[in-house]
Amino acid sequence: MGIYLPIAEISVNVFVLLAMGAAVGFLSGMFGVGGGFLITPLLIFYNIPPAIAVATGANQVIASSFSGVLSHMKRGTLDFKLGGVLLAGGIVGSTGGIYVFAFLRRLGQLDLFISLLYVVLLGTVGGLMLVESVNALRATRSGAAPVLKKSGQHNWIHRLPLKMRFRASKLFVSVIPVLGLGAGIGFLSSIMGVGGGFIMVPALIYLLKVPTNVVIGTSLFQIIFTSAYTTLVHATTNQTVDVVLAFLLMAGGVAGAQYGAKAGQRLRGEQLRALLALLVLAVAIRLAIDLFVTPPNLYSLSGVGLN
Amino acid sequence: MPAPKAIATVILLSLLAAAVPAKAQTPLPTEGIQIGLSTDNVSITAGFSGADLTIFGSLENPDPLVARQGRYDVIVVLEGPPRTVVVRRKDRVLGVWVNLDSATFENVPMSYSVATTRPLQDITEPNSYKQLSLGASNLYMQPADVGDSPATIEEFTAALRERKSATGLFSENVGGVQFLSQNLFRATVRLAPNVPVGTHKARAFLFKSGLFIKESSAQLEIRKSGFEQSIFRVAHDYSFLYGVFAISLAMITGWLGRLIFRKD
Repeated sequence: MGIYLPIAEISVNVFVLLAMGAAVGFLSGMFGVGGGFLITPLLIFYNIPPAIAVATGANQVIASSFSGVLSHMKRGTLDFKLGGVLLAGGIVGSTGGIYVFAFLRRLGQLDLFISLLYVVLLGTVGGLMLVESVNALRATRSGAAPVLKKSGQHNWIHRLPLKMRFRASKLFVSVIPVLGLGAGIGFLSSIMGVGGGFIMVPALIYLLKVPTNVVIGTSLFQIIFTSAYTTLVHATTNQTVDVVLAFLLMAGGVAGAQYGAKAGQRLRGEQLRALLALLVLAVAIRLAIDLFVTPPNLYSLSGVGLN
Repeated sequence: MPAPKAIATVILLSLLAAAVPAKAQTPLPTEGIQIGLSTDNVSITAGFSGADLTIFGSLENPDPLVARQGRYDVIVVLEGPPRTVVVRRKDRVLGVWVNLDSATFENVPMSYSVATTRPLQDITEPNSYKQLSLGASNLYMQPADVGDSPATIEEFTAALRERKSATGLFSENVGGVQFLSQNLFRATVRLAPNVPVGTHKARAFLFKSGLFIKESSAQLEIRKSGFEQSIFRVAHDYSFLYGVFAISLAMITGWLGRLIFRKD
């Protein structure tokens, strides 16, 4: 069944999009990530213009994050104060990102920049996760107890000034790295159309030493607002948010996420992480190949002040 | 006696002067061309997959002899609204394909469909097409930056035409103009599936034995209709409200999704 997307201005198959949303939703439920980093490249592979894929990806992320936050609120695994500070940084980063986005679009380098960012970030995160999870899998197989970093361990981040207390996270830390992390994620959100959970979660755990149980809820909480802000700014400055496309992805996504969460409970943590790492690397490799393969058309047209 | 001779000359001259226009008028007044559109606006729906647009027209005062010999030719063009277009070329940088060079052209019609009685090269010579800026391959593309070298401009102009033709926005329909009688003709121009919305201009050119005689034009508004078009308009005219709506829709979907599919 075909449907015409009003903003992307192309006809697509409804079931492909629903299935795409459901598959990504399933994975995001399973791994506890928003799934924006999968949706945007998939949309680009499906010939949706990158500018629209990014803005619509940000919109879709809101739905899955909101759904996730509701269950974390119920369980009380959400640090509103930490989320709020992250958010303040996020708004600044996101605003900067939108300007860079519009600037690159004028230069004609937006598509390249999005692909490069994806390849670098997904490649790095996927690679690190794969190494870490394979080591953990080996360790469990050889019977050795997994080595965990002591939570009391302090690094350079904890020597920065302007400390603030975050009660729910049992944390007393400088606001500088928290704001910086929020800003970085906000920037990526507006340029890549991702929530940034796949960077936020490890950063909160390893850099700020936030207890794992509040990390996902807090990350999702801040992602809702950052991606809502990103959606709003993309909608007003670039008119690249396609609600029809976003809705199809969300509808598939929220259904898939709930089943994914259940399936995720049956797999062990390191197995899950190894699988996710492979998936992330596969997307990165696919995007990298496209950068090097001779394109079918060397020339491209773009209107001025138009898509 | 020079006076009568002078008078005679004057009379002769004035007779001649009177005779010249009279002689030109005797065979036939000059030919003209008119086109008519049955409607001044066309609405296309979301599922639009391209269509043919028929334009009727007539020759005024055709010479029956020339018409019988088939020496009248008509070219009908439907020109989309003009836009500034940037053409970019990808080149390899460290193995990666990057948009490097570009050229900007002004007032490029977004679409350009041509219908002709015969192949363009049989109607008149290339030079007159250039002068008239007529035909997808002769259309003058006005570079925004006059400082570019002619070779660059030529290369990007060719690329622009090639891309427009490849996407069906520039098209030629040879034999698309047919004479129904000595002075009535019908032209069929193609509307591509991605035909731009806006004010289009239909133009008809009349040629007689390879010579350009006259042009006539009419305007046509192409609009998209339906649900998808309303969304598009709202997204552009009320972009802030549209953004708020997109966010609310996402939140409601997230909340409903949890209610319906919750597994915990």
